[in-house]
Amino acid sequence: MHIPDGFLSHGLNAATFVVSAGACAYGVKKVNQKFGEKEVPLMGVTAAFVFAAQMLNFPVAGGTSGHFLGAVFSSVLLGPWAALIIMTLVLVVQCLGFADGGLTALGSNIFNMGVVGALGGYAIFWFLYRLSGRSQKGFFVALAVASWFSVVLGSTAAALELAISGTSPLVIALPAMAGIHAIIGVGEAIITTTAVSLILKTRPDLVSCFHKRIAPSGLAQEGGVS
Amino acid sequence: MKSQLKGFLWVGLGVSLLLAIFLSPFASPSPDGLEKVAERHGFAEKGEGWTLWKYAPFRDYTLPWIENKGLSTAIAGAMGVFAIFLIAVGFATCLKKGKVR
Repeated sequence: MHIPDGFLSHGLNAATFVVSAGACAYGVKKVNQKFGEKEVPLMGVTAAFVFAAQMLNFPVAGGTSGHFLGAVFSSVLLGPWAALIIMTLVLVVQCLGFADGGLTALGSNIFNMGVVGALGGYAIFWFLYRLSGRSQKGFFVALAVASWFSVVLGSTAAALELAISGTSPLVIALPAMAGIHAIIGVGEAIITTTAVSLILKTRPDLVSCFHKRIAPSGLAQEGGVS
Repeated sequence: MKSQLKGFLWVGLGVSLLLAIFLSPFASPSPDGLEKVAERHGFAEKGEGWTLWKYAPFRDYTLPWIENKGLSTAIAGAMGVFAIFLIAVGFATCLKKGKVR
């Protein structure tokens, strides 16, 4: 989903850059209010894992591949604003170090995968998790659905940008992008729920939005997980 | 508590490195969702004309001076994992409570 240079108009890239930069600035403020000793190395490891996992393209239908995004994964570990910053750092390193995603399209890529993927994906997760009464089953259903949506909505945003830039009409770009990413999103949901359930089994305290809400005491937390 | 956290972090970093080194050479080389859509609907060449940043050292996740494609990808991936880890830790250190106003 990394958009290269040349696909989008400069005007659109400037607009998404402003929105993304504003979101990141607000994210820095929010993260600054809650980050302690524990979160610092956790953010490093989460970013490293997201980067590594994004290298692993898996084949999907018709000679196409997809890869893990990690936006909702990062959100449930460290919160949506830290996830936005993680996605931004990963995208900057991929762009400058690996020529993956264009520098002119960086604002758009951060918008699609960070603002829409991480913030939007987390909003869906949070809504569904609350709707489920914060049960353990509800947590994983919300996680899977939000992961799927983070990829599909991110690709939808990319399709809109392609259409606005006059690269591909919306009637073609939208069904094509959302269609293929609906399949890639299934992979996203499987990887996210698997990874988070492994972390919950070993270190439930690292999944910030699980233990904080469902288990106020340490005892209840262990009972809820095992 | 603190050492336990350290243990988990080494596991997380180790898993990331293992993925980057041993699995990335076997990643699907097929075009991704966006590239495929661009090919099929005839706008792929728009992305091939020029690029603003020409100094990416590990273009396409390879080291240009290593012939072996798998080895090249594995080393580029490992360097990327270390780089992003250090950058994110550095950034998060600056973001810790009370450091920014």
